[in-house]
Amino acid sequence: MNLFRNLFTSSIGRKFLMAITGLVLVGFVTGHLVGNLQIFAHPDQINGYAHFVQGLGPALWGIRLFLLACVAIHIWAAVVLTIESRTAQGSVSYGVKKWLRASIASRYMRMSGFVVLAFILYHLAHFTLGFTGSETFKGTLDPVILQHDVREFGIPLATAGTEVHDVYSMVFLGFANPLVSLFYIVAVGLLSVHLWHGTESLFQTFGWRNGKWEIGLRRVVAVFCLLYFLGNLAIPGAILTGLVEPAAGTAAAAELIAQR
Amino acid sequence: MVADTSSTKNISLTLRVWRQAGPQAEGSFVNYKATDLNPNMSFLELLDVINDDLERRNEEPIAFAHDCREGICGTCSLVIDGKPHGPHDGIASCQTYVRSFKDGDVIVVEPYRAEPFPIQKDLITDRSSFDTIQQAGGFISVRTGSACDANANPIPKEHADLAMDAAACIGCGACVAACKNSSAMLFVGAKVSQFALLPQGQPERDSRVLNMVAKMDELGFGNCSNQYECSAACPKLISHDFIAKLNKEYIGATVRSAFKP
Amino acid sequence: MATLNSNIPPGDLPEKWSTYKANMKLVNPANKRKYKVIVVGAGLAGGSTAATMAELGYRVDCFVFHDSPRRAHSIAAQGGINAAKNYQNDGDSVYRLFYDTVKGGDYRSRESNVHRLAEVSANIIDQCVAQGVPFAREYGGLLANRSFGGAQVSRTFYARGQTGQQLLLGAYSALSKMIGSGGVKLHANSEMLELVLVDGQAKGIIVRDLITGEVTKHAADCVVMATGGYGNVFNLSTYARNSNATAAWRAYKKGACFANPCYTQIHPTCIPVSGDYQSKLTLMSESLRNDGRIWVPKKAVDCEKDPNDIPEEDRDYYLERIYPSFGNLAPRDVASRAAKRMCDEGRGVGPTKLGVYLDFSDAINRLGADTVRTRYGNLFDIYKEITNESAYETPMRIFPAVHYTMGGLWVDYNLMSNVPGLFVLGEANFSDHGANRLGASALMQGLADGYFVAPYTVGNYLATQKPGSTPSTDDPAFKEATDKVNEMTQRLLNTRGKETVAHFHKRLGKIMWDHCGMARTKEGLEEALKLIPALREEFWANVNVPGSDKSLNQALEKAGRLADFLELGELMCRDALTREESCGGHFREEYQHPDGECLRDDENFAHVAAWEYQGEGTVPNRLTEDLNYETVKMSTRSYK
Ligand SMILES: Cc1cc2nc3c(=O)[nH]c(=O)nc-3n(C[C@H](O)[C@H](O)[C@H](O)COP(=O)(O)OP(=O)(O)OC[C@H]3O[C@@H](n4cnc5c(N)ncnc54)[C@H](O)[C@@H]3O)c2cc1C
Ligand code: HEM
Ligand code: HEM
Ligand code: SF4
Ligand code: F3S
Ligand code: FES
Repeated sequence: MNLFRNLFTSSIGRKFLMAITGLVLVGFVTGHLVGNLQIFAHPDQINGYAHFVQGLGPALWGIRLFLLACVAIHIWAAVVLTIESRTAQGSVSYGVKKWLRASIASRYMRMSGFVVLAFILYHLAHFTLGFTGSETFKGTLDPVILQHDVREFGIPLATAGTEVHDVYSMVFLGFANPLVSLFYIVAVGLLSVHLWHGTESLFQTFGWRNGKWEIGLRRVVAVFCLLYFLGNLAIPGAILTGLVEPAAGTAAAAELIAQR
Repeated sequence: MVADTSSTKNISLTLRVWRQAGPQAEGSFVNYKATDLNPNMSFLELLDVINDDLERRNEEPIAFAHDCREGICGTCSLVIDGKPHGPHDGIASCQTYVRSFKDGDVIVVEPYRAEPFPIQKDLITDRSSFDTIQQAGGFISVRTGSACDANANPIPKEHADLAMDAAACIGCGACVAACKNSSAMLFVGAKVSQFALLPQGQPERDSRVLNMVAKMDELGFGNCSNQYECSAACPKLISHDFIAKLNKEYIGATVRSAFKP
Repeated sequence: MATLNSNIPPGDLPEKWSTYKANMKLVNPANKRKYKVIVVGAGLAGGSTAATMAELGYRVDCFVFHDSPRRAHSIAAQGGINAAKNYQNDGDSVYRLFYDTVKGGDYRSRESNVHRLAEVSANIIDQCVAQGVPFAREYGGLLANRSFGGAQVSRTFYARGQTGQQLLLGAYSALSKMIGSGGVKLHANSEMLELVLVDGQAKGIIVRDLITGEVTKHAADCVVMATGGYGNVFNLSTYARNSNATAAWRAYKKGACFANPCYTQIHPTCIPVSGDYQSKLTLMSESLRNDGRIWVPKKAVDCEKDPNDIPEEDRDYYLERIYPSFGNLAPRDVASRAAKRMCDEGRGVGPTKLGVYLDFSDAINRLGADTVRTRYGNLFDIYKEITNESAYETPMRIFPAVHYTMGGLWVDYNLMSNVPGLFVLGEANFSDHGANRLGASALMQGLADGYFVAPYTVGNYLATQKPGSTPSTDDPAFKEATDKVNEMTQRLLNTRGKETVAHFHKRLGKIMWDHCGMARTKEGLEEALKLIPALREEFWANVNVPGSDKSLNQALEKAGRLADFLELGELMCRDALTREESCGGHFREEYQHPDGECLRDDENFAHVAAWEYQGEGTVPNRLTEDLNYETVKMSTRSYK
């Protein structure tokens, strides 16, 4: 069908796929951040939330596959477009080349993207699969029992008394390692940079941007990315600096106090 | 738009010019010193002067493309110190004047570098790929003599003006030269937008954008990553809004053509 | 000796064209594919013909020396294009456009051609709008017009200051469509260097590929040339640097008559020359004269002074003084000559002393700088860009420059030259403008020729040729012509003298400007007729063209073009010398009214002078075609 041929083989089609998948990923990371910020609430909150997500079953797998597909398409498009653009530049490069106005973020999209990819792989190994830091992995830690009903935006996620993974402690213990935290911070920093150009760029790709509100769009995107970065920075940042102590009675609290 | 500096004293410059005998030949930079230059001389006249000197010494003059020398034909195509068409915005190489440089400056002059614009000699590249794109759909099919009265279709002034903004493209290729990806999106976007904005352009609107983009891809131009270097180098300051429009036109046409009965 | 039969069809002037069209011979649609048409040039005239002929079904081969058809010099036209649409309801009509053009041409054009031009002018606008040319519009969405060049009606259509560009891109898009669909085969970077005649008919051309240097032969059933004007014979002009006369000149040497070569148009408001490195003169819109006042210092000693320091009483507003009723708005030729006279008197200003002031200080005082900025801001910017001076603070300097050539290859009513099968369109023919072209009518003529005249008349000619009788390029005529091309190339490359092509071009330009420019005299022209052959001799003995003919060689291209200019310049002077009257762009100082206006001699010179080549070193024949004015009464142009 023409639709798929155009989307997958033409330059603009692939750009469009990249933007669509990018948009989905932006949605995911934003939602994920909101979810993660629950770490600053009562431990039950994030644990109950994680439990709810884990409990989605086939739906979770649906979402996972969808996200995976998006990442795959996004990366595939990025790689193909990059290779083509390299070829288009020819073999001899300019003796002198000046940047005229391309934003810093836009110049390093490929680099920031790949660091994000590396991060995602590490992150999955870390918090989802437990390949690294397995001693603090949620599967290793003792399960906890919810003391309250957990609800988010009024929607009930889990009821008091349910036995759930101790995600709360996993995160605290994970970020207690400065190296790990630092990597997270660098990675989310680059991700924010990626989004700085990416989010603005997808408006251009969809044909929704124009000179009249370019400045406005640019500001909104910049503020969004800054907030995104600060939000993400807050978690490892607060834990590492000890600004936020693990709640008393959690495995993380016990462990960290034992270390001191 | 307007060049600054006010020096009226004659100056000397060194030009580091890319010399390449032919498409297959190896190229390299060669330095040429030019002294006692009137600052009101145009950059192309500076090359004329250097060439006059070379010819007198029975050396081959520097080949460079030029014709109108007033910024409208789109023939001139120098990359001066890393910027297509030289240091100023909204003008072509031929509208660059020696007064834009300081006494003693070393100026690097190179051809466009992009695979779809192969070098023919020295500073001249083959830009016929632009013509090929145009042939794929950059027109409104109207047999001579078959047109209706010119005022039969009123066109809102706003649309006509915007179409004119897009139509001002001189086909110089600086957009491709400036783009890190050697993408022709600005050129194609301008042409597609011009016709998409006008009622006359509607019947072929979808096929035009699909065919022109397909040709652009086939010819080996790179992919736009929304860096807007093209519009910064464009001598007619064609806006990259037209790239946004091109994207929308293309996806719209793709979707429409997929769901057409 | 050639005969000049204008082939004007019989009948009343307004009906001539339609009756003639209705009676033309037609080519059977199935046979059209069997005819091949060569079109040289893809400016407004060539591009539109090539596209239209291909649409009709003929096989078209189109040649341009540019790297793309979109770069033809038509692209540079700024002001606009005339058409008798009467959209403004101000009383315009085909007749009025016809009349204005004939009068503007100082009664030296052919009535029948001009009338046809006015008739088809309306169709041009329709055609261009349909192609997507973004003409200026009013808020209601209808087309806008401006008035131009002294006409009393608003009939000029425009697209910002880029009318020529937009019209050319329209023709280029039509041409592109036909190239894409295979109807036209485009040969870019291909310079026509010879016309090939087979049995006395134009049947092919010899072309040099400017990139590879390869010389190739091309045969067809007829040849259409639309190769533009030859104003670069003056070296400095408003033309593109590469505009040249080569195609026309080589056709002339093959027997096509060259008509009225001395008619050149000089535009009064160009930016003056700033030094001897100068390569190009830039036109400033004539509209500046609406609010600017033109003056020079009364005393030559003041010329060095800062103009702002010259008091009012020491300024000579010479146009206002000499032409009190028209003042600064005197027509192009009149204003140009007056500026030249001032400079000849030693009162020119600027570094080269070839310039007059165009002063806006009165306008700024009267209207305020902001109003002046909205009216002329972009022109002031261009001026600043080129001269680095602000016209808001100090008067502009302007000077006349060569802008258009009314002369060109002689053609009949069918736009066919006296060589059967050779059609000449656009600025390359001697055209419909007589001795002077009105503003905004060259674009009109180019497109009229290309869209609405040649496609009919060429078809009419082809119908007389047997289908499939295209000669083979093995015909000896092709070899002969190729040899001639190669011979000339070798001669240029082997001279190995000491001077550059540019050096000779500058000298030729100076001779032409001094003696065959704005004002001509018998003595001056006779002098030029000695200087030019001498210069030509020197050129052939002492030019140096480095490089080879086997690759891109711009020095070689220029040398070949200059060689032709060196001959054409002589013919222009000869034509100017023999036309013992003043008319339009041709001003002989001996023939003027006491007030300095052109003194026409309708008794003896109401004719086209067409020159027939007689071989090297022989004075060409001067043939004439009488101009019969049946509809318009000849009268004196006056602007007092
Ligand atoms: C600065 C300027 C402003 C103007 N403004 C106006 C205006 O406002 N209104 C108006 O009506 N007129 C204007 N004119 C005049 C008008 O632009 C020209 O007369 C007209 O465009 C000429 O068109 P053309 O098609 O005859 O030739 P051109 O556009 O000159 O085209 C010539 C073509 O022939 C080709 N060619 C030439 N020689 C050869 C060869 N040997 N072999 C192969 N190809 C060849 C070239 O490649 C080119 O394609 C202006 C002119 C100038 C210089
Ligand atoms: C400081 C920042 C982050 C924290 C604290 C964090 C925390 C977590 C935790 C705890 C999980 C596991 C949930 C569970 O399985 O119970 C998880 C999963 C995940 N995170 Fe993060 N994350 C952060 C940033 C990111 C970023 C920036 C990305 C993406 C670019 C990301 C992508 C994912 C993905 C894809 C999963 C797997 C979801 C699944 O199970 O399918 N995370 N994250
Ligand atoms: C995993 C590796 C990734 C790589 C290699 C990558 C690479 C790229 C590249 C090269 C671009 C193109 C830039 C441009 O066209 O201007 C891009 C765009 C984008 N990326 Fe990524 N990216 C990655 C991950 C992500 C993630 C995780 C997100 C979201 C959270 C994301 C969001 C976006 C967005 C929104 C765009 C803009 C699309 C557009 O140009 O319209 N990317 N990416
Ligand atoms: S868009 Fe601008 S830079 Fe690109 S070809 Fe057109 S005028 Fe040149
Ligand atoms: S510079 Fe290149 S990346 Fe796109 S916006 Fe312009 S084509
Ligand atoms: S030479 Fe024509 S645009 Fe520069």
